[in-house]
Amino acid sequence: MPKESDSIVQFIKVQKSYDGETFAVKSLDLEMHRGEFLTLLGPSGSGKTTCLLMLAGFEMATHGEIILNGQSINNVPAHKRNIGMVFQNYALFPHKTVEGNIAYPLMCRRVPKQEIKERVKKALEMVRLAGYENRLPRQLSGGQQQRVAIARALVFNPQLVLMDEPLGALDRQLREQMQYEIRRLHENLGVSVVYVTHDQGESLIMSDRIAVLNLGIIEQLASPTELYDKPENAFVAQFIGENNKYIGEVVSVNGGACQVRLPNGDMVQALAVNIGPVGSKTTLSMRPESIVITPTDGRCQNVYESKVLELIFHGDHLRARLKVCGNEEFIVKVPKKALGAQSLAVGATVRVGWTVEDCRALDAPAA
Amino acid sequence: MAIATAAPPIDVVRTADGTPLKARLRQTERVRNTAAFGLILPLLAFTLVFFFFPIFSMLVQSFENKEIPANFPRAIVALKSWGGQGLPGEDAYAALAYDLKHGYDNKTVPRAAVRLNYEIAQFRSMVLASARKAANLQTGPYKEAMIGIDARWGEREYWAVLKRNSSTVTDHYFLNALDLERNVDQEIVKKAEDRRIYISVLFRTFWISLFVTILCLLLGYPVAYLLATQPARISNLLMIFVLLPFWTSLLVRTVAWVVLLQQQGLLNDLMIALGLIKERVLLVFNRPGLLIAMTHVLLPFMILPIYSVMKGIDPQYMRAAKSLGASPALAFATIYIPLTFPGIGAGVLLVFILAIGYYITPELVGGGGDQMISHFIAIYTSELVNWGQGSALAVILLAAVLALYAIYARFFKLSQI
Ligand SMILES: Nc1ncnc2c1ncn2[C@@H]1O[C@H](COP(=O)(O)OP(=O)(O)OP(=O)(O)O)[C@@H](O)[C@H]1O
Ligand SMILES: [Mg+2]
Repeated sequence: MPKESDSIVQFIKVQKSYDGETFAVKSLDLEMHRGEFLTLLGPSGSGKTTCLLMLAGFEMATHGEIILNGQSINNVPAHKRNIGMVFQNYALFPHKTVEGNIAYPLMCRRVPKQEIKERVKKALEMVRLAGYENRLPRQLSGGQQQRVAIARALVFNPQLVLMDEPLGALDRQLREQMQYEIRRLHENLGVSVVYVTHDQGESLIMSDRIAVLNLGIIEQLASPTELYDKPENAFVAQFIGENNKYIGEVVSVNGGACQVRLPNGDMVQALAVNIGPVGSKTTLSMRPESIVITPTDGRCQNVYESKVLELIFHGDHLRARLKVCGNEEFIVKVPKKALGAQSLAVGATVRVGWTVEDCRALDAPAA
Repeated sequence: MAIATAAPPIDVVRTADGTPLKARLRQTERVRNTAAFGLILPLLAFTLVFFFFPIFSMLVQSFENKEIPANFPRAIVALKSWGGQGLPGEDAYAALAYDLKHGYDNKTVPRAAVRLNYEIAQFRSMVLASARKAANLQTGPYKEAMIGIDARWGEREYWAVLKRNSSTVTDHYFLNALDLERNVDQEIVKKAEDRRIYISVLFRTFWISLFVTILCLLLGYPVAYLLATQPARISNLLMIFVLLPFWTSLLVRTVAWVVLLQQQGLLNDLMIALGLIKERVLLVFNRPGLLIAMTHVLLPFMILPIYSVMKGIDPQYMRAAKSLGASPALAFATIYIPLTFPGIGAGVLLVFILAIGYYITPELVGGGGDQMISHFIAIYTSELVNWGQGSALAVILLAAVLALYAIYARFFKLSQI
């Protein structure tokens, strides 16, 4: 548990409803460390923006408490929270120049003119836009506008910066470049960042920790590796990375492992992560890269005959779609090296296997 | 240059049937343009005939000077050699007598006489009488004869008027519209104080319009803001109230104000009942009444353009300003209001231009001292039938409007978003 001074933001049982009938945020408990890069990840409508707006002070929490620097900010208006925010469509003031935009938060804080000039200059250098002072926002490209927006949100040295899908409008190449730059700024400045995205790849690259949101609750809050390797529930397993999925019935549980019967009758040994009692339904999840083709050394507890349905060559690896245990959408990623002498052919029969640890038995799908 | 001529010949790109591609393209474009032109043709013809032509003829009439040269062709020629000092010679008098006689026979004298009367009072009767008498003159010397007919022909002033009108264009109407005139020596001078009218009318028109515009802005801006920010259900209802005046005739609205504002009217009743005033006050046929009525009539023209601009302002900007540390008031002043400048500009321009040309409302609600320039234009064109003077005033009004528009265009090109 981090100490009190180590946490910058806390959500305590926060609920939010816009219409009085449904919850946009159902129940949110979250603690964010100082200097952390925390990502809110979730599908559309899961409540990410709502969380951010409550933190920024544009929406009131219907219930619960939001704490910033150890103090409840429920009744602090937005302009006194000292939180930087980067909006999805940048929201640069169209009638002000780049310089005017970046100077704006300093002007609000009555910083002396000379100092404003210096700090704006530094901020522009930081986002590599020196020399663009006198342009209007509409004279900039999307990526440049975004960098101005970031400079504007950082120039007044807030401890916390919120970014709501800041890269959503950019093309892929620019997005990757900006991901790197945002990361760099975060590391150089030591500022805490709450980052919202629905792109799971982006969240894995950038974050210290990721909170996966779904229907207004946090499904799992963990580091990217943990989230990827050890998803706690079917939603997270499905939402992050690729995933082979079976729905089966728990037959027996012994310690950390369990036996699951698949719909076609096959029995699978799995890691009991998040299952109900014997007889209940469970979702089995395994990553395509953890499946072994023709396992030899008895390392895999689960080995089955399968039929190759499709092969796609990806350069560094091969993706094979197999029929395994009645599932025709079973994907296996085989690194080129691991393939060795043996070759796969469509229609051929191969043996595949996986270990107990790589097969996670998770909660049952919602009825 | 040598290099330019050395460029290799370019093969003409051709369509499948062999026509050059460019010609083909032009051809298709021409067909499309002709079709588009056909669509606007009726409107174009309409505006040409009923809008541009009248404006053009108004422009012409404001400096046209036909009547005098038409009636005094010989006198004008004879006056060419007159320096303007002393009296003209015998030949000029002879030409005058001939022109008057001739004009009397051809019945062109009355029109010239009316025109001459614009320059000097009583000139009209003098010329009409002289023409009648000159018709009987048989032989010279004409100088004595003419002075004998009317002693004023022996005064330099009257000859100076004839001389300055020897051309078919005149600056008389414009000078008059600016309270200026030419004296005996043809110098431009200010009119006698008691004969100056139009400068003060122009200023009055300007100040009333400015005041009405400011009132409309102060009253209209908050309404536009409300319209733009309320949920659709409420804003639609509000919008109906804003548009309601448009569904009533301007005349009816103006007369309604007379009813409301008069001494025995509803507003006086109300203020008496509330104990705000003891004596009934006259609120109509004076400046306050005019300002109230004009502001009411012109308010929608301020609200609508501002509203349409406000509607397009992304609420995200205000949020961004607040997140950057601006209090709501500061964010409003530094972000919201500047973003509405195009709407404010359009509204101000529209209301001001409508106001300086206003006629019916000042005519019905204003007093004698509240008449604006259009009142005088109307008087000149329909009552005094002095179209030249009416046109000159109208041209000044038009020039003011165009100048305003130029300033607006200049100003808002920069902040156009
Ligand atoms: N102003 C609002 N009024 C009413 N309901 C709202 C409002 N804003 C959001 N909601 C609802 O709250 C829920 C959460 O919305 P939110 O904007 O937080 O989603 P999100 O995770 O940001 O989605 P996206 O990825 O599409 O931006 C949605 O069901 C949405 O319909
Ligand atoms: Mg969102």
